[in-house]
This record gives sequence, C-alpha cells and structure tokens, in this order.
Amino acid sequence: MNFPILFEQAMMLAGILFCLGLVGVLVRRDAIFVLLSLEVMLNAAGLAFVVAGARWHQADGQVMFLFILGVAAAEVSLGLALVLWLYHWHKTVDIDRASSMRG
Amino acid sequence: MTAAFYIAAFVAIVATFLAVSRHNAVHALLYLVVSLLSLALIFLLLGAPFVAALEVIIYAGAIMVLFVFVVMMLSMGPKTKGGERQWLTPSVWIGPAILVSILLAELLYVADAAPFPNGYVAQVPPREVAMSLLGPYLLGVELVSMLLLSALIGAYHLAYHLGWRQASKKGGAAP
Repeated sequence: MNFPILFEQAMMLAGILFCLGLVGVLVRRDAIFVLLSLEVMLNAAGLAFVVAGARWHQADGQVMFLFILGVAAAEVSLGLALVLWLYHWHKTVDIDRASSMRG
Repeated sequence: MTAAFYIAAFVAIVATFLAVSRHNAVHALLYLVVSLLSLALIFLLLGAPFVAALEVIIYAGAIMVLFVFVVMMLSMGPKTKGGERQWLTPSVWIGPAILVSILLAELLYVADAAPFPNGYVAQVPPREVAMSLLGPYLLGVELVSMLLLSALIGAYHLAYHLGWRQASKKGGAAP
C-alpha cells in the first residue's frame, strides 16, 4: 500500500519541528517551557525515525520511536521533579537563577 | 492523502510555534496537545497506526498530565511572565536569525536535490513491529525498563527529600 507522501517533505517537517524545539530551549527561561521544548525535540526525532522506517519498509524506525518514548517519559518525570525542587529553593522557575552549582 | 499530510504538517508547525512562544503555561500545553494530535495523524498517514495510538495515549495523555500537575502545583503568578522580553530585543536575535535562515535555505535545497531517489512511504504493520521489538531488540526493551525504574527511584528520592524539608520547616516530625 503506497501513500503519495514524499520522504523528503516528511523529513523536512521533522527538521522544522526539531528547530522550533531547539529555539524554545535556547530562548525560553522558564523551566517548564524548556522541558516542553525538549519534548518537542524528542518527538521530532521520533518522527524522523518513523518516516525513515516507512521509507525503507523496516520496523526498526517504530521500535526506535518506542525507545524514544521511554526516554522521554523518564526525562520528563525527573525534570519536573527537579522543577519542583527549583521552585522550592528559589520560589521561581527561572533557570537563570539556578546557574551555579553548590558544593 | 497528500493534502491531509500537508494540512496536518501545517497545523503541527503552527501549534508547535505557538506552544514554545506563549507566556501562559496552560495555553502552551493546550497548543502542544494540538501539535501532538496532528503528529499522530501524520503517523497514521505514514502507515504506523500503533505509533499513532501511543502518541495519543502516552504523549498527549500521560506526559501532558504530568505537565498540568506541575503547573497546577506551582501556581505561578504574573511575576514570572515576560522575563524573556527584557533581553530578547531584535538587535540581539536579528543577526543570528539571518545567518541561520541562510543555512536553512541551503539545507532545504540540498535535501531537495538529494542523491537518493525520491521515494514513497509504505505501511509497516504493528505485527512486524512487535516481532522486531521482542526479537532482535529484546535487550533494548530490558534497558528501557531499567531506565524507567531508575527514573522512578530518582523521582521518589527527590519527592521524599522535598516532603522531608517541608515537614521539618513546619516543625513536624521527619517521616
């Protein structure tokens, strides 16, 4: 079953979404938005894997998407726990306030 | 099919841009849910129905619920709004933006004139994914389960000490 969706255009969509997430990580100073942009980046990487797997008719792309899903779930749970710590220490979620290490 | 792909891709790009550029966290989360749902539609069009279902259930369901929980717990006031506007003036970003857009145009041109032939995507059924996942990738599944377990222990550790600090600050006994 062939769909008339071109491989290059789907990969360009993945690239654009990844760049949007990267800009969000670089520009936003709110820790919640940084984590949200990281989710966008991981999701775009997963899209690229699925598109490549569909292009070469292999199941490996979707398997890699499942692994990325596991990594994203672990990352976001720990990241949000750290955001709660940041809010507890500094009463803000501005990540510039947490720019120095302690100890 | 092609028109549906282009519409979903447009919705995904616009919703993602709005999600990373809003100042209100709840609005950003709603836009991100729209973006994830349009990506699920794209996965469905690409012939990956299992991945599309997981995108809706885990990304738009579980992970977004975690974000909403944290936003509700923090209950940030208006004092955190607009922190980026103080330093993000056009004189800061206009130079790098021009240079990066030149690189992006070059990248899109190279991708359009790629040496490999222009191919169409085809469906990979969930049965094949499951056979591959529990066959040659079994070690990877075990590693992901260990990663999730370590994330669980780490989150428990952070939450335990956070609760201990708040209990001792109120004068109560440490758990």
